[in-house]
Amino acid sequence: MRTETILNRWLKVDPRSGRVPLKEIPRLAYSEWYDDLCQCLHEESCHVASYFGVPGPEGLWLICLVMDDLEGSVRIASYRYGRGEQRVLPSVTAVHPAMHVFEREITENFGVSFADSPWNKPLRYAHDRADWLHTMNDYPFYTIEGEALHEVNVGPIHAGIIEPGCFRFICNGEQIVHLEIMLGYQHRGVERLMRETENRLRQAVLCESIAGDSAVAHGTTYALLAETLSGQTVPETLEIERAIALELERIAIHIADTGALCTDIGYQLGQVACEALRTIVINTTQAWCGNRFGKGLIRPGGTYYPLTESLNERMLQNLEEVRRRFAEVTADLLDSASVLARFEDCGVLTCSQALRIGAVGMVARASGLKRDVRATHPTGAYRTMSHEPILVTEGDVFSRLKIRLEEVMQSIDYVRTFVGRWNEGREEVARPDYTSPWAPSSLAFACQEGWRGEIVHVGMTDEQGRLAAYKIQDPSLHNWMGLALAVRREGISDFPICNKSFNLSYCGHDL
Amino acid sequence: MLISKWKVWRSHGRQFIPDLQGVRLPETFRGRPQIEGPVPKLLAEELAQWCPVGALTAEPFTLDLGRCVFCNECAMRAPQHITFTSDYRLATTHRDALILREGNPDFIAFDEDQVRDCIHRLFGRALKLREVSAGGDNSTEMELNASMNVNFDFSRFGIDFVASPRHADGVVMTGPLTENMARALEICYNSVPAPRLLILAGSDAISGGLFAESPALDRRFLDRYRVDLYIPGNPVHPLTFIDGIMTLLGHYERTPWSEFQ
Repeated sequence: MRTETILNRWLKVDPRSGRVPLKEIPRLAYSEWYDDLCQCLHEESCHVASYFGVPGPEGLWLICLVMDDLEGSVRIASYRYGRGEQRVLPSVTAVHPAMHVFEREITENFGVSFADSPWNKPLRYAHDRADWLHTMNDYPFYTIEGEALHEVNVGPIHAGIIEPGCFRFICNGEQIVHLEIMLGYQHRGVERLMRETENRLRQAVLCESIAGDSAVAHGTTYALLAETLSGQTVPETLEIERAIALELERIAIHIADTGALCTDIGYQLGQVACEALRTIVINTTQAWCGNRFGKGLIRPGGTYYPLTESLNERMLQNLEEVRRRFAEVTADLLDSASVLARFEDCGVLTCSQALRIGAVGMVARASGLKRDVRATHPTGAYRTMSHEPILVTEGDVFSRLKIRLEEVMQSIDYVRTFVGRWNEGREEVARPDYTSPWAPSSLAFACQEGWRGEIVHVGMTDEQGRLAAYKIQDPSLHNWMGLALAVRREGISDFPICNKSFNLSYCGHDL
Repeated sequence: MLISKWKVWRSHGRQFIPDLQGVRLPETFRGRPQIEGPVPKLLAEELAQWCPVGALTAEPFTLDLGRCVFCNECAMRAPQHITFTSDYRLATTHRDALILREGNPDFIAFDEDQVRDCIHRLFGRALKLREVSAGGDNSTEMELNASMNVNFDFSRFGIDFVASPRHADGVVMTGPLTENMARALEICYNSVPAPRLLILAGSDAISGGLFAESPALDRRFLDRYRVDLYIPGNPVHPLTFIDGIMTLLGHYERTPWSEFQ
């Protein structure tokens, strides 16, 4: 059965013009909303992109966006939760575990209770949460009684130079029985700062800092959303330049992660080779826009850093060098039994697990689940190309490495294609635009495939066209549960390579 | 099997940069700003209004490098008055040195007298640091990792990041210091044997930066302990970090940019 028949009460929106007046968003009774959603999530092609609450004078307005990969659309519907209402709502998580992050957030921030929710724990201990009685120090960790079992706590500060997060293992000897991940240490209140400022430059810079390793991806998502709200269309040249920047980011981080996986198994040749290759890529970005992470490059309406022919020439030269050397690294890794022995059959996330937890991006694709908004909900320069996502089915650490190895090559090809198209039809690109009026009382969304996966931003404007609410979904939000499942039955000493193979964002989750 | 390794090794060649101070970053890199006065009052107000982090004040016209996120907007709006040079040597021992005025000198002042006596003596030949990210967005963290990589190879000078605060001589903090991380940071800092260094890396760490107004921060830790080095950046470039630490330890001298170039 298709969503056409299931979600016929929901508003269908084309992601390319992702804007709807607030009054057109269907308002359903919770029971209707619940039935529709539970039914449509049985389809593999459907997943929830965003589900969040907006407080207002009459109570809470809960809005849900479902992505339909087959028809390439987004479906929107909402329900109300009145002020002072004590109603306990049936939990969707009980049927579809992927919803846990959304329901946990709604419970944490607004105190709405969901009955039969299997895992209704605080998500990130946001500063404006409803329940101030509980703090990070009394997080209700899951425990198992047993003489043979012991607990290991790792974090919030880890051994390397990485972000903080708390991992609590329950182990039987060396073997991990259960892992629980508690996050929230990185919570900076990004969504609140977004709606509290009218300075759109500040909003753009804030979005670049949601996750610094995905600055281009989050920055582009914001720029698309801002342009949707102001009804602007940007020249194709600018769309191509953004896509080039996004693919450069993907290449750089995938190479860095390949090196980091080598580090964690003590394979120094792979490590140093990848470090040097990553330097070439990020220095290319730096030569373009002055920042190795692409901060400052993406702005709504235009850019201060248009590409030039000489930059393109250098970029292609560098990428050819990277392609040649990375192919050698790839051949070497695939040929080294001691490397493969550590990666193969380790940290398996099966396809059905990935589906049930709502995995997105490269983690989903490594488990054989085709989730890639470049293919299903393309925007900008991706609209006019046919992108075939790379799929691997085993779901182990090696699969996630293989996805990286192959996506680097694919992205280098894409940059070549984009540069070709850029040369064909060059248009003048304007400077950034921070002042065009935004459509009042509207909801807009935008999505991009960052290197981790699907990034979704949703913005709502008030009667004056100012931001009234801003919701950010980083792919890490869904995929953290994947890591927790993948390490079960592995030796605890294999945790670092499992963790590295996912390389999820802490600040993208905590916001 | 060996042939594939030999191929990687051959292409890899020699990667380390022999003379780190000889490196020049591309023109596009945004380092120390140069402010040419006088900035007309109306323009100054416009710039201050647009600055996404409130790093600019209109009267008198100042730019606080400890808040600046190097977005380049002010330089694009007033190119005749502000230019971000490729001078990456931004670290300093005192917060005031980061507040730049019209006609600022062509280097960030580094006051040797502010360096505690014990630093050269105890840490001059080996320094082990523990990094704590307290709300950092993972870009400065990646750059700190990069300063130890095969290109920059900072550990050649006996300077390294270590896993335990018990093995460390000081703490490098990144991020705006979130409320949820405040306790862990303080426990970590106090686990480092005294005398210990406290280094703030990145604009977020120095002033809260973009997040300075957020109620989700708790920066009281910084009122209680002395900061030895402020390293601006968004993120901090590995060369900025290396130059900052080497200058603090007395190995590098802060010279005017015209001479350094």
